Amino acid sequence: MGAQKITIAVTGLNNIDSPGPGVPVIRGIKESKIFDARIIGLAYEHLEPGIYMEGLVDKTYMIPYPSKGKDALYERLMEIHQREKLDMIIPNFDAELFSFIKLESALNAQGIKTFLPTLEQFEERHKSNLPAYGKKYGVNVPKSQEAFSLADMQNILKSYEYPVMVKGKFYDAYKAYSIEQAAEYFSKLSAKWGFPVIVQDFIEGTEVNVIALGDGKGKVISAVAMRKQYITDKGKAWGGVTIADEAMLELTHKIISQTKWKGGMELELIRTKDNKLYILEINPRIPAWVYLAVGAGQNLPEALVKLAMGMNVSPYTDYKIGRMFIRYSWDMIVDIDRFSKLVTTGEL
Amino acid sequence: MKVKENIAISDNGFVFNPTTGDSFTLNNTGKEILLLIKGGKSMGEIKTTLLSSYDMDETTLDRYLLDFVSELRFNNLIDE
Repeated sequence: MGAQKITIAVTGLNNIDSPGPGVPVIRGIKESKIFDARIIGLAYEHLEPGIYMEGLVDKTYMIPYPSKGKDALYERLMEIHQREKLDMIIPNFDAELFSFIKLESALNAQGIKTFLPTLEQFEERHKSNLPAYGKKYGVNVPKSQEAFSLADMQNILKSYEYPVMVKGKFYDAYKAYSIEQAAEYFSKLSAKWGFPVIVQDFIEGTEVNVIALGDGKGKVISAVAMRKQYITDKGKAWGGVTIADEAMLELTHKIISQTKWKGGMELELIRTKDNKLYILEINPRIPAWVYLAVGAGQNLPEALVKLAMGMNVSPYTDYKIGRMFIRYSWDMIVDIDRFSKLVTTGEL
Repeated sequence: MKVKENIAISDNGFVFNPTTGDSFTLNNTGKEILLLIKGGKSMGEIKTTLLSSYDMDETTLDRYLLDFVSELRFNNLIDE
């Protein structure tokens, strides 16, 4: 029997210095022996590199920014669906997830599958809700509070010791050593990501992450632990290695089984010198280093597609330890005609 | 004294701790000592082996050996 033909739309093609997960998600799907996928790229920016990469997407469409609201997104997705007959959409950005979760049943009614966390799961793991999350599920989280104004933050900082982490609602985080620095970051982050801005205790230790996939019923389908080996000034892993850290995997199982998490997720953790694990963030989607999981033996994007299509999925039980990823940048030469076609028609 | 489970020591002296992701490079002597520990040798046996292979007095060896073992311990490569 040949591979099942399927059309999947994927966002997050911005393979830049703060990379989106779209390109590695597509690589995983393309390596699948089960699916023969036609990939439709959904882009917000004309220069997202994934649009132009050879052999990656079969067609790309521009879609409206999340700030335009879910109705504009739905309208555009329906235009694309009419032409491409989408079987599934994999959204890969935190900022767009709210709209896609809200549209889940409408998309499903049109025959487009997704496999996303519920709105409740999405909301409760927000950075700003982390202390309550830690209490509810019995996991270590750093002290953190949300600030809605500069005065608010200055007040909050009275009960913190420097350095502190100042974090954006969706992305970006800075370490501040003084109230002046914290105020500067507050302005920067609120202008970019809106409110609240999160103030968090700085925890010293080694940055480790887990990528995981929950089936929505409490079962972990895939989980791979990674230690960051090279971190960019944006805090992104530029190199990492799979590790056999039982405590990290146990924590992942605990969270997924307790929350019945549905979909991809990333746990951003710190291991302190006294061997305690703290959860810094729970990202509600597949992270950009997902291809390491594929390379270590767990094709998480393929498993996600199988779950969305209602197929039986056996959980992965192990992965290769000591597999590394090393990211690189690469200059593509692209004819301006392709760029102009995308800019003028919204598709390529 | 035991080398922690799963610690990988390659022929070229590269040491990888799969639990933490830490990696280290040892020179030949360091590699030899770590392999002796891994082979279950006591400190006394390791000293005897090294004294027979290197031109070094016991006091100097003791100093270097203790120093090296405490580095191994600090980096979570051995258990007591």
